Amino acid sequence: MKKHPVETLLYYLAVALVMVISLFPFFYTISSSLKRGSELFSTSLWPEHPSFSNYAKLFQDQPFGDYLLNSVLVSGGAVLLSLGVAVLAAYALGRVSFRGRGVLMMTILGVSMFPQVAILSGLFELVRGLGLYDHLGALVLTDLIFTLPFTIWVLVTFMRELPKELEEAALMDGAGVFTLIFRIFMPLLLPALAATSLLAFIGAWNEFLFALTFTISPEQRTVPIAISMISGGSSFELPWGTIMAASVIVTVPLILLVLLCQRQIVSGLTAGAVKG
Amino acid sequence: MTSQTLTAAPPVRAPSVQSSLQRSRQRMAWLLVAPALLVLLAIAGWPLLRTIWFSLTDAQLGDLTQMQFVGLDNYIGENGVLRDAEWWSAVANTLQFSVISVTLETVLGLSVALLLNTPSRARTLLRAAVLVPWAIPTIVSAKMWSWMLNDQYGVINVMLQGLGLIDTPLAFIADPDLSFFTIILVDVWKTTPFMALLMLAALQMVPTDCYEAARVDGVPRWRVFTHITLPLILPAVLVAMVFRALDALRVFDLIYVMTSNSRLTKSMSVYVREQLVDFQQVGFGSASATVLFLIIVLFTVAYMAFTRRRMQGV
Repeated sequence: MKKHPVETLLYYLAVALVMVISLFPFFYTISSSLKRGSELFSTSLWPEHPSFSNYAKLFQDQPFGDYLLNSVLVSGGAVLLSLGVAVLAAYALGRVSFRGRGVLMMTILGVSMFPQVAILSGLFELVRGLGLYDHLGALVLTDLIFTLPFTIWVLVTFMRELPKELEEAALMDGAGVFTLIFRIFMPLLLPALAATSLLAFIGAWNEFLFALTFTISPEQRTVPIAISMISGGSSFELPWGTIMAASVIVTVPLILLVLLCQRQIVSGLTAGAVKG
Repeated sequence: MTSQTLTAAPPVRAPSVQSSLQRSRQRMAWLLVAPALLVLLAIAGWPLLRTIWFSLTDAQLGDLTQMQFVGLDNYIGENGVLRDAEWWSAVANTLQFSVISVTLETVLGLSVALLLNTPSRARTLLRAAVLVPWAIPTIVSAKMWSWMLNDQYGVINVMLQGLGLIDTPLAFIADPDLSFFTIILVDVWKTTPFMALLMLAALQMVPTDCYEAARVDGVPRWRVFTHITLPLILPAVLVAMVFRALDALRVFDLIYVMTSNSRLTKSMSVYVREQLVDFQQVGFGSASATVLFLIIVLFTVAYMAFTRRRMQGV
């Protein structure tokens, strides 16, 4: 269909508008993080003399490197544990028909959607009972509440799409179920596993409520908490330059990873919601 | 959900052998699901039961082994949560926040999805740009916007003044009339991409012959959208809305970081955590947590009943 030039113009205007709204805030964050001293308050779009002084100050004022490491450990741990357990469950839920499968799927979805704050006191007791209070282990354990159901749900959709003939042939050859899952399905599912892990990782990386509640000492702090706690002499003089530098550091790796695996991410996200 | 069976039973076998094979497959399925189920029971099921139990006691955070059963006092007693005006204001805030933000995100998300679904050279670039707000952690986006909306040095105030839209800088976060909308604005900015991607997936599943038939018949574009596209993607849009609504009803970090404990923007989750951790009132806090849980269950059940009726009506 041939489009009117005005329509094409309107389309590109709309596209430009959406792009500016999406990208400007982060662009301005980067630019603010590179501004030095009083230049920060000038609202110019780009600093005249870009400097990394805010980044240096961020790591001087606090062990921000340790916080980053803590976040990597917590998110990585939660994702690995979820994947290990979820692959087995996803195979059963996706490829074997058994009584109660539908109910199980709905329960798992329910767990991922219910408000985490609703079980906070019960979790507090559990975490303290296991001796994990103020320990990164508490966060790995509690993050499973959302990473595990999410991982199962998305992997089930991907498992369903694998060809039936492959499974039949393997079973005919006398392959056991673990050989089938880990030797035959896993290699085929690698892109799906990568996307699912990345999404779960982002969820755990951003987790705030549990980290705020179950850890208290600086040694166990994760980056979202660290950023929320960066403060100056008084609440009226927040060190915005440092906060912006911290924001850039924790966000750039995520954005790069997301853009790198765009295609898989989009299919992972939509597999979790639309087709379910 | 599809209920198709995907058992990989060999094609030709005696019935008895096949059924025993199937039985062992089903046993194996339960064994494979068991670890996941046990983990979820331990970290979600059990804490939920304990929370409900705590809500019937006067437990304090300092020592969770000493407590007394107080019945429904935490709910309907003199100082019960259901008689606390501040709780109801938190409920009202959360509902308002959810309705307004999900509505805006649906409308804007659909518009962005339509842009993404139009074949053009800018499309890939647009999709990448739209993914950026989604990938930014909530805490970071809260801080970013707090800085841009700062009443003294904020770039947004300077821009609005430059355009002549306002005379004096606005205190987006401190001004009680504005802070609520500021929070909605930040939420909409961050989550519209998610909605757009879900709706794009739905749009791409609309068979192209529908559009071709309409084009041959010379149906105007707007009518194609309202009569073909919209009805076809409606189920997916509703699912996306429910996902977002459930997420919005538990909003915590955005509000906690942007306006901390201002009563005007406090959400249910912020209220519950404040009672549990800051005031150490585990009994009372668990009661409010349980009410919050029931509100969300009610919402989900209502939605499921609604879709079931609609499905049967078709």
